[in-house]
Amino acid sequence: MKLLFELSSENKKLDLIPDCDVRSYELEDKYLRKEKPGLPELSEVDLSRHYTELCKQTFGVNDGFYPLGSCTMKYNPRIDEEMASLRDFTDVHPLQGEDSIQGSLEVLYRTQELLCEITGMDGMSLQPAAGAHGEYTGLLLIRRYHQARHDEERVNIIVPDSAHGTNPASAVMAGFKVINVPSNADGGVDLDELRKVVGKDTAGLMLTNPNTLGLFDPNILEITKIIHEAGGLCYYDGANLNAIMGRVRPGDMGFDCIHLNLHKTFGTPHGGGGPGSGPVGCKEFLKEYLPMETVKKEGDRYVLHNAEHSLGRVRSYYGNFLVIVKALTYILTLGREGIIASSGKAVLNANYMMNALKKCYDVAYERTCMHEFVLCLEGLKKETGVSAMDIAKASLDYGVHPPTMYFPLIVHEALMFEPTETESKEVIDNAIAVYTKLYELAHEDPEYLHSAPHDQPIGRPNETEAARNPILRYQKEC
Amino acid sequence: MGNYIPDTVSIQKEMLQSIGKESIDALYEDVPSNVRLKELHIPEGKPEMAVASAMKKIAAQNKVYDSLFRGAGAYRHYIPAIVKGIVTKEEFLTAYTPYQAEISQGVLQSIFEYQTQICELTGLDVSNASVYDGAVAAAEAVFMTIDKNKTEALVSNTIDPRVLEVIRTYGESRNVRITVTDDLYKTDATKLADLINENTACVLVQSPNYYGIIEDVEEIVSIAHEKKIKVIESVNPISLGLLKSPGELGVDIAVGEGQPLGMPLSFGGPYLGFMATTKELTRKLPGRIVGQTTDHEGRRCFVLTLQAREQHIRREKASSNICSNEALCAMTASVYLAAVGPEGLHKVAKNCYDHAHYLKESLASIGFKAVNEEPFFHEFLTDSPIDPVVLEKKLKEKGILIGLIKDDKILWCATELNDKEEIDHLIKAIREVI
Repeated sequence: MKLLFELSSENKKLDLIPDCDVRSYELEDKYLRKEKPGLPELSEVDLSRHYTELCKQTFGVNDGFYPLGSCTMKYNPRIDEEMASLRDFTDVHPLQGEDSIQGSLEVLYRTQELLCEITGMDGMSLQPAAGAHGEYTGLLLIRRYHQARHDEERVNIIVPDSAHGTNPASAVMAGFKVINVPSNADGGVDLDELRKVVGKDTAGLMLTNPNTLGLFDPNILEITKIIHEAGGLCYYDGANLNAIMGRVRPGDMGFDCIHLNLHKTFGTPHGGGGPGSGPVGCKEFLKEYLPMETVKKEGDRYVLHNAEHSLGRVRSYYGNFLVIVKALTYILTLGREGIIASSGKAVLNANYMMNALKKCYDVAYERTCMHEFVLCLEGLKKETGVSAMDIAKASLDYGVHPPTMYFPLIVHEALMFEPTETESKEVIDNAIAVYTKLYELAHEDPEYLHSAPHDQPIGRPNETEAARNPILRYQKEC
Repeated sequence: MGNYIPDTVSIQKEMLQSIGKESIDALYEDVPSNVRLKELHIPEGKPEMAVASAMKKIAAQNKVYDSLFRGAGAYRHYIPAIVKGIVTKEEFLTAYTPYQAEISQGVLQSIFEYQTQICELTGLDVSNASVYDGAVAAAEAVFMTIDKNKTEALVSNTIDPRVLEVIRTYGESRNVRITVTDDLYKTDATKLADLINENTACVLVQSPNYYGIIEDVEEIVSIAHEKKIKVIESVNPISLGLLKSPGELGVDIAVGEGQPLGMPLSFGGPYLGFMATTKELTRKLPGRIVGQTTDHEGRRCFVLTLQAREQHIRREKASSNICSNEALCAMTASVYLAAVGPEGLHKVAKNCYDHAHYLKESLASIGFKAVNEEPFFHEFLTDSPIDPVVLEKKLKEKGILIGLIKDDKILWCATELNDKEEIDHLIKAIREVI
């Protein structure tokens, strides 16, 4: 379809802004823009139809089943959107006086408190804008802790080989070196290997539990003990909190700091890649390093507060505030029982789906899973030539969003499914039928799968060409 | 109890039976019994109506000013109705990062259009798909210029102090030395030259700067480029409807806070960090980038590209850790720019400029003397004939938020929304209290 720029024609416009009602003031020519920006010129109808067309070529949670592993694509309630669009929230300047922002501060304070209780932490900053931003901030807490103790030889962050790619990338940004530890045969952290790599240079460990294989590490207390005994701190990547919320808390498993993804666990929409929100929580002894401007309650007033040895600021203001409003609305709606019921149903859905699919596909690890599970299609590929990519792309034609592909890296030809709690048995049964059918097709007509999808607006794009000769913007043809 | 689980308890029992489990609790067999939570101490769930009422009560504790003369990094502008209409569409709202290009052409094309608009606006070659906010964009831009030999950044003291704090946080953890000039209100380009040494990788200035002053960026660029140093300019995107673009000024990297492009003030977020640069620095850009390609039938399509820079491929060797960005905010900016068009953007910018200059004249006439006489865009600093804290309090009672208090001075802002009537009303209200 056409780009905005291809729809543009000169002098088309929306009549939006009145003529200026004060005189025109001069500005020296040397400051003035010489070439006007080549922005598209459209009518309002053009614009409306263009985006409606783009909408039709976008697949959201509202369009259908979205079992994208590690992304927790649950339904995003409409009431959360409505609350976040209240004028009393949207039209408040971030630098108004405290007496005029008591509502916003209450939102932040209550969210901090609720998230502390859910995670077993003592302090919380809502500043980080996304999960990776939260990881970075949490690692800075660890850095500050060791610096304050003049323990600066602690430069290593231990990361399991099954970790999200953001973990090692965040560790480097926070000034650490990354030490990878392998997984054991059950998909958990290999304790012997872990013992080998810890020492006086250990700053900490980053761990997701349940991990990216969807498995809860039963040795978790031993793992956090090994790190603590070596003098390191334990960081919890909250990407997979949806499996365990209300049932077991990172703070009780021995973790010292964490980040959460409000856009995964707490129902806020992903927006095609953001805005998210990645709050950072910590135990009492790390609170003094939290980013500037958390909210405290003094009597019945809410006030902004800077931690004594704050690590500084990681963004301009207090967080992706409207996203936080949505998450608070969500938590208030679910409450205690709703949170426990949601994690339970998410885990039930994953086990139900895994159980059905293992009749044809190989499961990476034969264990009860948490909220997600990983299939290994290595055998299928050897047998039929059909890859994880082929199966994923073919599922598009059946109205199912593909699972996460080729992750975690330790499983070959991996497909990672996360059927969240807002999916019904009926939806999951349908997806099971789709993947079973695709398994059969892999044997009957592998060529059909190699060239899938067949019924989408485009076929598989040439990604190599895109990277080799990057075209990153529209250029008017001369 | 409120939740969004579609299945009844009896269906859930059926599902449990089919996998041979007695209860949901039995699925948590790997969780050591001594760490299982006995009780979650949060309130019970509530029906939608009760939650809505509770949230509205909280919201009502905020004060919304209809008349507002404060900017300092976050700006109130008119948001065309079409903007909200488009970006609240459920497909855009509830989609994930567009990994699956075949069913994500809508989001991918919109990012490609956004990137093109940012290039046009800044006069530069390449844009990424966004980062968290303007401050993070500035910090990430600094790292684009750092290498083994050049590990220092020279930052003008006239940038937004919050942005500077973020740059310091990021710099500290990556062992990048941040040197800040001692400029008071405007960057002195000749003094800047003296601060450059062999380790300096870049110079970062903001124009219009924190005090609204238009910096002599061309002079700074010529000094820096002579010493083979990159120049990063932090810009207000609205000002680019009127003022010379970073490209025209010869800047290497343009960054900024995209909030003025159709996003409400929202108590500081979600906002939008935009970044654009020259072709030469393309592969140093952090974050997602969308590129054009074709499918096997030769149809034009769009994909996430140059992913060899990114964390999910490169892990600890990635150029940045960014994963989620601010995609829907980027779309908001894109719709805004498409709605106003080149002429509309010029009009918004010129109206901001004219209103601010009228405001400055009007304030001067009642004794609020401007601190500087340098050319400025839509913000300026004045002295105050009365204690600014007292003035702020008294005008709040009249429903007016004055400029931001900086010690004994006031940093005022006017946009296209602060029309003559509103400014005259402000002046009248001030007269009544001084």
